[in-house]
Amino acid sequence: MTQHALYLDLEFCSGCHSCELACRNEHDFDPETNGIKVLEDRPIHYPDAPEGKWHWDFVAYPTEMCDLCEARVERGLMPACVQTCQAKVLEYGTIEECAKKLAEKGKKAAIFLP
Amino acid sequence: MQEWKRQEGDETIFRTCAWSPPGCHPVGCGLQVHVKDGKVTKIEGDPDHPITRGSLCPRCLALKEYIYHPDRIIHPMKRAKEDRGQDKWEQCSWDEATDLVANAAKEITAKYGAETIAVFGGTGREANNWYPQWANLVFGTPNSVYAQAGWSCYGPRMTNTAFMMGGGYPEIDYAAKFPDRYDDPRFVAPEVILIWGKEPLRSNPDGLYGHAVIEMMRQFGTKIIVVDPRITWLGTRAEEILQVLPGTDTALAMAFIYVLAKEDLVDHDFIEKWTYGYDELVERVQEMPPSRAAEICGVPEEQIWRAARMYGKAKPSSVAWGLATDESTNGAQLGMCLVALMSITGFLDAPGGTTLGMGDDQGSVVRDGGSISADEKVDDATDSTLELALKNGIMTQETWYTKRIGVDKYPCVGQVLWTVQPDEFLKCLETNDPYQMHMAGFVSSNPVGTAIGAEPQRWWRALKRLDFNFAVDLFMNPTIMACCDVFLPVASTIEHDGMVVTHYGLNASFYGAQNKCVQVDECKSDVEIMLEVGKKTYPDFWNRFEDDEAYNNFHVFRSWLPWDELRDNVVTMSNEPYYKYKEGKLRPDGQVGFPTQTGRVELYSYAYANFDEDPLPYYEPAAYGPTTMPEMMKEKYPFVLTTGARRQEFFHSEHKQVPSLRQITPWPQVDLNPEDAAEYGIQEGDWVEVFSPYGCIRQMARVTPIIKKGVVHCMHGFWYPEEEGSEPNLFGNWKSNVNMLMPNSVNAKTGFGNTFKSMICGIRKADSLGGPNEPDHIVLEKSRQGEFTVQETWRPADSPVVDPVDYEKEMGVTK
Ligand code: SF4
Ligand code: SF4
Ligand code: SF4
Repeated sequence: MTQHALYLDLEFCSGCHSCELACRNEHDFDPETNGIKVLEDRPIHYPDAPEGKWHWDFVAYPTEMCDLCEARVERGLMPACVQTCQAKVLEYGTIEECAKKLAEKGKKAAIFLP
Repeated sequence: MQEWKRQEGDETIFRTCAWSPPGCHPVGCGLQVHVKDGKVTKIEGDPDHPITRGSLCPRCLALKEYIYHPDRIIHPMKRAKEDRGQDKWEQCSWDEATDLVANAAKEITAKYGAETIAVFGGTGREANNWYPQWANLVFGTPNSVYAQAGWSCYGPRMTNTAFMMGGGYPEIDYAAKFPDRYDDPRFVAPEVILIWGKEPLRSNPDGLYGHAVIEMMRQFGTKIIVVDPRITWLGTRAEEILQVLPGTDTALAMAFIYVLAKEDLVDHDFIEKWTYGYDELVERVQEMPPSRAAEICGVPEEQIWRAARMYGKAKPSSVAWGLATDESTNGAQLGMCLVALMSITGFLDAPGGTTLGMGDDQGSVVRDGGSISADEKVDDATDSTLELALKNGIMTQETWYTKRIGVDKYPCVGQVLWTVQPDEFLKCLETNDPYQMHMAGFVSSNPVGTAIGAEPQRWWRALKRLDFNFAVDLFMNPTIMACCDVFLPVASTIEHDGMVVTHYGLNASFYGAQNKCVQVDECKSDVEIMLEVGKKTYPDFWNRFEDDEAYNNFHVFRSWLPWDELRDNVVTMSNEPYYKYKEGKLRPDGQVGFPTQTGRVELYSYAYANFDEDPLPYYEPAAYGPTTMPEMMKEKYPFVLTTGARRQEFFHSEHKQVPSLRQITPWPQVDLNPEDAAEYGIQEGDWVEVFSPYGCIRQMARVTPIIKKGVVHCMHGFWYPEEEGSEPNLFGNWKSNVNMLMPNSVNAKTGFGNTFKSMICGIRKADSLGGPNEPDHIVLEKSRQGEFTVQETWRPADSPVVDPVDYEKEMGVTK
């Protein structure tokens, strides 16, 4: 069976939390349960960075509660978090497809297997 | 493309576009609402929506929690007047509730005149449509009220636009008007977007789908320049982020124009043909070279040159101007500079530039009041709300022209907006000058609460004194608990039919249908409620409409499609062309050019000159700040305070009771620079007391380098619906409410603007949220307006507010 994954362009994940809520809506999780969780690496200006260039990243990563939206995908739909992502930075595909995206992006991106 | 309504198994799935309630601007994001047995089972995005394509922000995603929240009010309620402030509500029927409202209005109208009734509306919400209609058509009063000091939201930008060029409201081009969006052959992506005093990702302001900025950065390599007092997340993805000292950015904008002119990065052809006053403008900005602006704004001079050059060289370039333009007393001048920056590059209403709208006003805006005659035809379907009220004899011309509060003093506010001037209105409530008010309605507005009312304790006392008050809302809030006698429960966006148009129709990307998906208990739509009360106050007019659809078709959707077509389409793109000024699509007379006196973009503004304002932009330091109050800052208030930055999980004071939203930001946060925090012994997560000359609040420290040393940002909108609601606590209304630190009546000459973006404050570490603002120990400071005669010294023409109140005595607040 082909294994699927989530691809995230974390250069542009805005940390909006929509994916978290969409996943809960899809799976009827309570507010404490996350199929995907948005983490923040808080802003810092690294000493060597040029003036005005800041580091501040969000990463949305799927937890073990994530089933990659099997039921939705079977019906030909996108996973809920992917459909909802406001920045359209979450994508779904086979590991190979995701790896290709990662290589094309070349920086600040990740592939997740829940 | 799916139908607007479809069946899948035992579920009905509706496609609809959202507005409010819950709180939002008219962004009209596409929802798919799954319904089973009349109840919502799931909310998800609508992949067929051309703008949002399946995306949603957390607020709509949490709609199920919101509409079925155990605290939501789902039946009409009444309360005896002597029980105001106490949780002694009683359920009643719609008929009884609307009788109470209509009878009070009739009695007060007969005794004192309809103008002694006021109707409040809240920012951004659908109620923007309704509150002037409630005022003018249900009660016949000219006094609709947007209570934010200095009308500091959108109105000033609308005024800038109307005065200088028309076209409703300029917005960045993100192909939002075309069905094929970015694939439309007419579209070109902006090379550079200048984002000024705005965080579009968090605020989705007024219909701009904010994340479109990211889409264009990723797809087309669009670059951004951000001007903000804080480093925003979007700012970290910008080519340049200019971190200005709050309240100084008019100087920066003037310096941008200086650079563009000096280095000849302007479109002379456009300037020659389509603008007026360019030479005067250039002459004026000579007083603000980047070297001077750098000093004022605290931004490196080199960066100003770099950023302005980058903007000037970009082809095409676009400007996103934000709320910060509206909230300062120097904001009109900032707006003038930004309109100039949009236009002198030649990319005004050009592909990839800054788009204009065809200026449809949804009937709300006052259109050239001078031409209205009461004897004209009665049911002209293009009449504005005001025209309808006059022609149907609900309000007289005399009432409109002589009784609207504050617009005699501030005619500039009255010219473009359809409301009172809010600061003057508050004074009128307190002093009964020019006359005494007797009744108020709150249509999705909460001026005693935490969103818009500066010095909310003044609104509290003033509104409590009125003879009768009612509210149209979903949840109990401080204003209603303190002041109201009747609560009319309103339907949310997915519980009623309606329409949503970006920018309230002023610059329409699309017309979206709000389709009714479910009914929640006895809740009714705003229009249904207006109809019920209207049929009791002015039956001749209101009986013409059998139901909400009839009224909507008559007065709300009328310039667009009939309702059933709108609904079936779900989204109807506006398809407005570029370069409207070249095709005679901006001026009412159909001539080419802009709807101004000169027919051009007036960089030298005759309209401002007519209101005794300088026709050219100038820099004026903030009323409270290092330039104007160095001593006070040295002694007691060493920080510059700014507020209003958004969180996407909240819309102003809303959503604090929705668990999955509240958990994202459980407490109000005050942003402190690490050096300042260290100096005061404050650590991340500590409670901090923030005090200004006007009051004192507590928020939780977020120690972060995104804020400059010497500057503090407080979150707005926080209250605690989980706490005791009765007075004096009012759901913890006074504890963390940043508006407690803000004055009223510190306005620009025009009557616009306030101190929300630039105030002074001190900080100290606190032990808890409680302390001086505990329920049994609430300290509400007296109004300091009389004491701090800022207006007298800073703008001598204005009169300070007298009437300081002893809240302890008069309002029963114990110490
Ligand atoms: S793929 Fe589905 S289950 Fe996994 S995080 Fe996204 S929404 Fe949740
Ligand atoms: S929805 Fe998208 S942009 Fe928002 S936090 Fe999740 S991954 Fe990031
Ligand atoms: S911005 Fe958020 S709250 Fe507003 S319509 Fe869109 S999803 Fe709903």
